[in-house]
Formats: sequence, structure tokens, C-alpha cells
Amino acid sequence: MDTTILLASVISSAAPIIFATLGETFTERAGIVNLSLDGTILLSAMVGFVVAYNTHNLILAFLASGLTGAAVASIVAIGSLFYGLSQVAIGFVLTLTCRDLAYFLGNAYTRLPGPQVKHLAIPLLKDLPFIGPVFFNHNLVVYLSYVLIIFSWYYFYKTKAGLILRACGENPVAAYSRGINVKLHQLAYTLWGGFWVGLSGASYSLLFKPGWGRPQGAEGIGWIALAIVIFGGWDPLKVALGTYFFAFLQLVGILLQSSYPQIPSQVFQVAPFPLMILMLVIMHISSQKTAKLDPQPQHLSPIQRLLRFLKTTPPAALGSNVHTKEF
Amino acid sequence: MKIRLENICKYYGKVKANDKISFTIEPNSIHGILGENGAGKSTLMKILAGFTPKTSGKIFINGQMVNYNTPTKALELGIGMLYQDPQDFAGLTVLENFLLGLKTSWKIKEYEYTVKLTNLCQQLGFKLQPEAYLKDLTVGERQQLEIVRLLALGVEVLILDEPSTGISTQQKQILFTALKRLAKQGKSILLVSHKLEDITELCDQVTVLSNGQVTGEFMAPLDTEQLLECMFGQKLKQIINSGSIFPQPKNKSTPLVQVRDICSDHGRIRLKNCSLSIYPGEIIGIAGLENSGQELFLRILAGLVRPQKGTITINGKNLTEKNNRTFLQNHIHFIPTNRLEEGLFADLTLLEHYLLVFQQSFWLKSKSAYKLCLQKIEDLKIKGLPNTPAKALSGGNQQRLLLSLLPRQAKLLILEHPTRGLDVESALWVWQYLQKCYGLKASIVFSSPELDEIFQVAHKVIVFYNGQILLSKKISDTTPEEVGNAIAGKVEHA
Repeated sequence: MDTTILLASVISSAAPIIFATLGETFTERAGIVNLSLDGTILLSAMVGFVVAYNTHNLILAFLASGLTGAAVASIVAIGSLFYGLSQVAIGFVLTLTCRDLAYFLGNAYTRLPGPQVKHLAIPLLKDLPFIGPVFFNHNLVVYLSYVLIIFSWYYFYKTKAGLILRACGENPVAAYSRGINVKLHQLAYTLWGGFWVGLSGASYSLLFKPGWGRPQGAEGIGWIALAIVIFGGWDPLKVALGTYFFAFLQLVGILLQSSYPQIPSQVFQVAPFPLMILMLVIMHISSQKTAKLDPQPQHLSPIQRLLRFLKTTPPAALGSNVHTKEF
Repeated sequence: MKIRLENICKYYGKVKANDKISFTIEPNSIHGILGENGAGKSTLMKILAGFTPKTSGKIFINGQMVNYNTPTKALELGIGMLYQDPQDFAGLTVLENFLLGLKTSWKIKEYEYTVKLTNLCQQLGFKLQPEAYLKDLTVGERQQLEIVRLLALGVEVLILDEPSTGISTQQKQILFTALKRLAKQGKSILLVSHKLEDITELCDQVTVLSNGQVTGEFMAPLDTEQLLECMFGQKLKQIINSGSIFPQPKNKSTPLVQVRDICSDHGRIRLKNCSLSIYPGEIIGIAGLENSGQELFLRILAGLVRPQKGTITINGKNLTEKNNRTFLQNHIHFIPTNRLEEGLFADLTLLEHYLLVFQQSFWLKSKSAYKLCLQKIEDLKIKGLPNTPAKALSGGNQQRLLLSLLPRQAKLLILEHPTRGLDVESALWVWQYLQKCYGLKASIVFSSPELDEIFQVAHKVIVFYNGQILLSKKISDTTPEEVGNAIAGKVEHA
């Protein structure tokens, strides 16, 4: 297979996962864990398809999906922030509830042809050698994923709001003592993160796995998105990189399947998941080793530098309900 | 800025943490607040910093009454506090920590604020790298950053809560020089401490608190004798050195447990070369203010924390680097002061506790355990039933339960403030029980903030100060005054 086509496919198939992983990165960096991703994606995929089917308005469909995602996220945020409930427990229950709700409510729309997002190459840019076909010969959803990556990075590290967001997840009590309304921020970022998870769902039912059915094809993506956020160390750029890496693994699986027909196809379908876990283990071990290394980067070998770059630490107060006790 | 406190009261239920406290903080000066643990210093400072609401009383700033109840409001008025546990963000950089809470534009102007940070640091003699992550900094450096940050916020009154705990001598000198400079520039510095040397070195004015009340106000030059007297009140004089209720151990030459040159670094607490010999049947009382290192030392002695350096031997057997299980097998037992959190299982019943500790077989033999349980309840007069969960017991009965779980053959008991929260009667019972069961058979090392308890019970007293054993003497060779001085860091070198 041609490298250009391979890379273009990686970029395009990663786009919906990017929405989910970066959305969750916002949420988790603020200190809240929304575990309901897998269910949320399915529910919002269903909502998106139904709205598009009935209105033939794709923008409205995406908006509806996003709001669905935000609505589900609001349950996690409100339950944990205002009632002191466990984020993990709510997340798990919501995952199952949303999935079943999606199958039940969407039953009438199973296997109906519906509208889809159109292909839209960007004029001029698409004619650039190599870069053009890889990055700019896609559709609006893929372009939106680029915008989200760059926006997230800029927002996290270059704006005051982003700094406050990171502070909330790092030490909510200290943030409070610096005059930050921690609960309000956490609520807002959980909703915002949920909104993007919702868009991820719509991207599946209206573009990558068009239509609605059981199974829809987006099953399992929510869980892998949660793992990628950890893999990427809660850093927007690394999370995006991890997402592309996963998309690459999936694609390689499909390619190898045709080359080695004697191996059961399930092996290739499942392989990316244990591979991601393996990568996480390697990174964890190496981060322990790099911690002891000389802090001056110029003394390090390129591999050591890469390992240091990949080193991760979670937001210190991630998933804790400390605020309900303190304030 | 001149601050006047008038009749500040803070009640937690029946407990009067602050009782009608009044004094004035002058500008251009360093004002010390001195007192032992639980004297109400921290509560008062938290009220002043807006972290805790007061029950009653008035605060005047430059003659004008002010009312506030959040840290943000206090900051707007120019009052900032440096907390004992740094209120900062370990995962963010120095610069980011500096920026949080400052009024900046939506976009972060890195260069502008790096310059501002570096300038402030230079003025005060601090060396901080803006791009370093906070988790790689020492406590002293984090403190410096916090001071710089509060100054950037325009703070006029700076409150410091035990700032010299856990920082190196060098950093302490840098900090003290900076504080003096700030006072000269017109700021008011409020220094909370239980360390006499800090107070006498820095302060122009001192207010001493004891039991939530002001017991004395002094101006520089400060007299340590007077301060001590004020801090401990008449308490020291009332202690009668009547000798231990435990029988004196026979003069054996070989110690049971030997601890040599223990060094350990555990967050803010650093132990430096702590050595102790424990003879069979000896009762050793540990005195010292909170966080002076005794908590960590007891846990090292119990095998719960491994020291970075030093050795522990029992009967000549080396236990260094061994885990807690080996310590238990060698009959060393520990009872923590947080009974419910560290010592017991809050939701398990009395019966389940006995099953857990005394049961050896795989199957639970409830019948025999039930018998044992009733026996223990009777022996120790625990007010509870076999199916009462531990958390439903009163503090005294939780202590009795913990004691009943100790095996008879214990050789060394390590008790962390064993009579915490107990009334006089229960406390006395605890010691009588220990004397009855373990007198001469086991050694006991216990910590207690009550000097009279140490003088009534122990054969020997050791005093921790700043992670070191400052005093180690037989009770018969010392006086309460000497121990009290050592607790505040003052020893006469004879």
C-alpha cells in the first residue's frame, strides 16, 4: 500500500477518536473522570443519525450529538461535585445505560440509509506534494480535528483560562484559595469535554460507520479513548499522537489480515488493544528509569529524550471528591 | 498596615480554640505568635487569613472594621498567609504557580512575568528557576515562591505558619533575612511558631497564647525564661516528680533494642542521627512538639517506615531493612494515636478483630473466638458487645480494644500518645493495665504531649526537637523545667 494513502487513512480514521480523547483530556485535566465515554459515543451517534435522518441538516445533527454528550457528562459532574458521589461508579453505570438506551431508542432507525458528511478537499492545499493528499484531501470533520488539537494545546499552555483549568485538576483546594471557583470550572469543562465526545459519536454515524444498527461499529472506542488519554499523559499533543498511533495499529491490522489469511481475523481486530497496554507498561517502566537521569537534556541519547518526552504524570487530584469535603 | 484584633473567639462545639483574643499588629515589624500545640495559634491565623470564619469578635485594619470570610477577600485587603502545607500545584511550573491568582490578561505573557518573578526573587535573595516543576523543588523553595507570589499580589500583612519546619539551615537564614528586609520596607510580618530561637531571633514583638487565650505580650529584647513561663504557664511547676508507677527494671547491662544513627527524610520531617537504647522493662517517654520527628521515629522503630540510614537490633539480631512482619515476629508492637484510621478496622466488629488477630486456621472458628471476645471484654471492661463495630466505640474503649489485641509475649510496645482524648480515669486505667500485664516483662516506648504523664509513668525521657534527640535523661536526673526548655529547643550544655 502506498504510504500517502496509508497516512491519509490514519489521519482520517483517527478524527472521531481525537474528538473523544481531547474532550476527555479537558475533563480529566480539570480533575473529573468521565468514564461513560463508550456509552456516550453510541448514544450520541444514534441521536446524530436520527436528527440527520429527520431534518437532513448535518450541522443540527452534530449539535444535537454534542449536546447529548454534554448532557450525559453533566450527570457525572453534578453527581460528583454537588452530591459527593463516586465518579467511577456513575461513569460505569452511565456507560451501560447509554449503550442500552441507544439500542432501544434507535431500534426503529436500524439499517436505514441516511445523509452523510460530504468529502471536501481544500483547494490549493490539496495540491501540495505529499502533504496535500495526506492532510487536506478529507472532509470538514477531519479538518475540525486539526483545529481541536491546535486549539487545545494553545488553550492549555498559552492562556490564563487553561492554566486555571490545569490548576483545578492539580490541587482544587489550593485553586480555591487563589480565588478560583473550582466547582464551576470543573462543571464547565466536564460539559465541554462531553460535548466533544458527543461529536465523536456523530462522526461515526454520519461519516465513518454511516447509519445506525446493532452493532453500530463504534463499540469499544470509548474505552480505548480513555486509555489513550492516559497514554498521552493528559497532554493534548501527546494524546493526539497516541490517537494517531492507535489508528495506525488498527489500519496495520486490517492490512496484515489480507496478507496472512491463515491467521484468524479476530487476532488483528483485537491486537491494537493489547498493544496499547504493552506500550503503557513500557512507558511506565521507562518513566521510572528516566526519573533518575541527569536533568540536563543535552546529555541524553535520543531514545532517552523520547522516553522523557513520553513520561506522564496524572493531574494530582484526578477523580477525587475532595471539594465536597473542603468547601 | 495596622491590624487590631478585638475579642476574637472561635468555638468548635464546646472546645474554645480561641477565647477573647485581642492584640495589635504594627506595621514595619515582625510580630511573633508563640504557643504550644493546641494553643490556638493556627486557628487564629486561619481566621485572619479568611480561611476559617470566627465565632465572634472584631478585626480592624488601620482603625476601620472589616468583615471577610474568604481567603480571596483577605488578599484583597492585603492579608496573605503562607500555610504550613504549601497551597500550591506540584504538577505545574514555578512560573505557572506564580501566575495563578494574579490578575493577568487572558493570554499568558510569559516573558513579562518571568522578568517580574526574577526581579522579586532577586530583591529577596531567592533563587528560583521559572521553568522548573514544583514537585522538583524543596519545601524551602516552595515557600520562597509563595512569598514572592503573595508580594506580587500586593500583600501588606504576611502570615507565616511554622515557616522554619522542614527547611535547611541555609534556607532558614535566607528566609529570615528576607523577612527582615520586608519588615523594613513597611510590611507587617506575623510569625507563628513554637520554636523559641526563631521567635527571639526575628521578632520585635511577641504574643504568647496558651489554651486559646493570650497569656503574655512582650517587646524585644525578649527573655526566653519569661516566654517559656508564659507558654507553659504554671503547668511545669505543678508536676510532681514522684517517680514512675512502673517498677524499676533491674540493672542489666545488655539493652533489648538498640537503635543507632537513624536518618530519615520524610517530606517536611527529617530525622538526623537518632540513637536510643531500650533496656528490658524500661519505660521511655518521648516529649516534643508536634512534627518534631517523634511520629516518624516511632514508625521506624515499629518497622513501618524504613530509614535511609541507621540500624535497629533486637537482642543483637539485626532488623534493619526488614519489614513490619519481622518486627512483629520479634514481638515489637505498635499502637498508633489515630486509633480508628491506622489501628482498627472501623467497620469490623470486636469479634472480627479477635478472629483476625488470634485466629490461625483457615476456617473461622467463631465459637472459640466468641468466648475469647467475651473474656477480653470482661478483662478490659470494654463497653461494647462482640458484634459492635469498632467505629461505634468511644475513644477510651477503642484504646482498650487495641490493648486487648496485643499478645502477652510482647517484648517492646510502641505507643503513640496512648491516652489521646481519654479522660483522667481512662488514662489512668490504661497505664495501670499496662503495668499489670507488661510491668518488667516488656519495654514501652510512648510519646505524649503531656509532660506530667511522662513524669508519672516513664523511667527515662527523651525530647525530640527538629528531628533530633535533644535531651535523653533518666527522670530522676531531670526536672520538668529542663524538659520544657528542651521541647522549645533550649538546652543548657553542662
